[in-house]
Amino acid sequence: MKIRAAGVALVLSVAGVLPAVAQERTTAEEIARYRQLLQDGNPADLWEVRGEGLWKQKRGPKNASLERCDLGLGPGVVKGAYAVLPRYFADADRVMDLETRLVHCMTTLQGFSFAEATKTPYGSDVVRSDFEGLVAYITAESRGMAMNAPLSHAKEKEAYRLGERMFFFRGGPHDFSCATCHSESGRRIRLQDLPNMTQPEDAKRAYTTWPAYRVSQGEVRSMQWRLFDCFRQQRFPELAFTSEASIALTTYLAQKARGGAMDAPAIKR
Amino acid sequence: MTRRTLAGAIALTLVAGCATMSDAEVRQRSLDVMKASFKERGQAKLDRLNQDEVQALCSRAPTDPPLAKADEERLVTAQRAAIRYPADGRLLGDWREGEKIAQTGVGKQFSDNPSVPAGGNCYACHQMTKEEISYGTIGPSLYQFAKLRGYGEDMQKYAWGKVYNPQAYTACSTMPRFGHNGILTEDQIRHVVALLMDKDSPVNK
Repeated sequence: MKIRAAGVALVLSVAGVLPAVAQERTTAEEIARYRQLLQDGNPADLWEVRGEGLWKQKRGPKNASLERCDLGLGPGVVKGAYAVLPRYFADADRVMDLETRLVHCMTTLQGFSFAEATKTPYGSDVVRSDFEGLVAYITAESRGMAMNAPLSHAKEKEAYRLGERMFFFRGGPHDFSCATCHSESGRRIRLQDLPNMTQPEDAKRAYTTWPAYRVSQGEVRSMQWRLFDCFRQQRFPELAFTSEASIALTTYLAQKARGGAMDAPAIKR
Repeated sequence: MTRRTLAGAIALTLVAGCATMSDAEVRQRSLDVMKASFKERGQAKLDRLNQDEVQALCSRAPTDPPLAKADEERLVTAQRAAIRYPADGRLLGDWREGEKIAQTGVGKQFSDNPSVPAGGNCYACHQMTKEEISYGTIGPSLYQFAKLRGYGEDMQKYAWGKVYNPQAYTACSTMPRFGHNGILTEDQIRHVVALLMDKDSPVNK
């Protein structure tokens, strides 16, 4: 709550009435200082602890934990798993990102139905999402590791190509695509810097800092949420949680971020 | 704004070298996958995934060949012909109302109330006035738009056309077609044009 209040105070000071030219540098400096302050305490720690608990807790009709879940590096291996996702899984015969794989394990190991497992993909003021805890825990276990999702299986290559097409797909009343905001360097919306996801440096910086604790929302948000909310702002219909399009796009973006050191969960405004 | 890079051609060679589907097949499959992956919600129905010719031809990755000059000209000509100017010839509204529309970002999202008028959100991408320092840089600065270009009727018509349909001037512009796609009403566009064209507007100070 304290952090949220600080955010509000900053927004108010930024929106002040001093002449623009004199204030421009100060504003940028203030934002940099605000971001620095945020780094000192990231509440995502709390989500990580909750996620680890959820991972180890026996749940569902089969009363099983997720500790036998194979995230790609073998059953139960969490360390480093996120840095090599999305990837092809032979047991499901398709490419999966982290959230999709978690749903797979919840249904196969714990016995939940798909509908039960995906009932709350994103948390709100009234209900928390298990996924936001789980992804916080699992991605933190790849912190410092280089993004190295495989691109060797035919289905991984296909997902990449589909994701690329979707990234540049223009539609809706505003003609927006992902690329409208994320394919040129050094641009911003209002004062918000936009990563150019087609360039390695920007793509690495952006991809490796999701999931993230969003100060403005008081929640850890996953990569699935990031895409869901981008499409909302693109004026598209709702991107379904763990849908094939969401996995293809994540595959495309993960490849663009290849080599970047994971630094998630991060903290963002 | 169009995007074509040489880097794209290199990436194409790398990716296409090991792929089994043709580009046309990938395009069709990506559309099928998208239609299966989105759910209608609120005012955002699935028909928003049905592209018109502009959207289809402007959905280009850096790995695609650039849009052919002939296609570019055809698009611009067709979009230009579809611009509707007000029947009463009145192009300028109230710049104060225009400023509010320029500041407002809601509208057409599934999270928006469809009975609330949409905004233009001009500041998201453009500098407009000296007073508003929170502006984006996806589009060019419009500060002193008419002061630099003139206040005459031709410029007013040009400003109307650009807001109504930027594709009528620049093929594959990133800017929304506010009039053509029914985002803003005729009256709202009048106000935005006044914000750009009125001598008293802070845009021209």
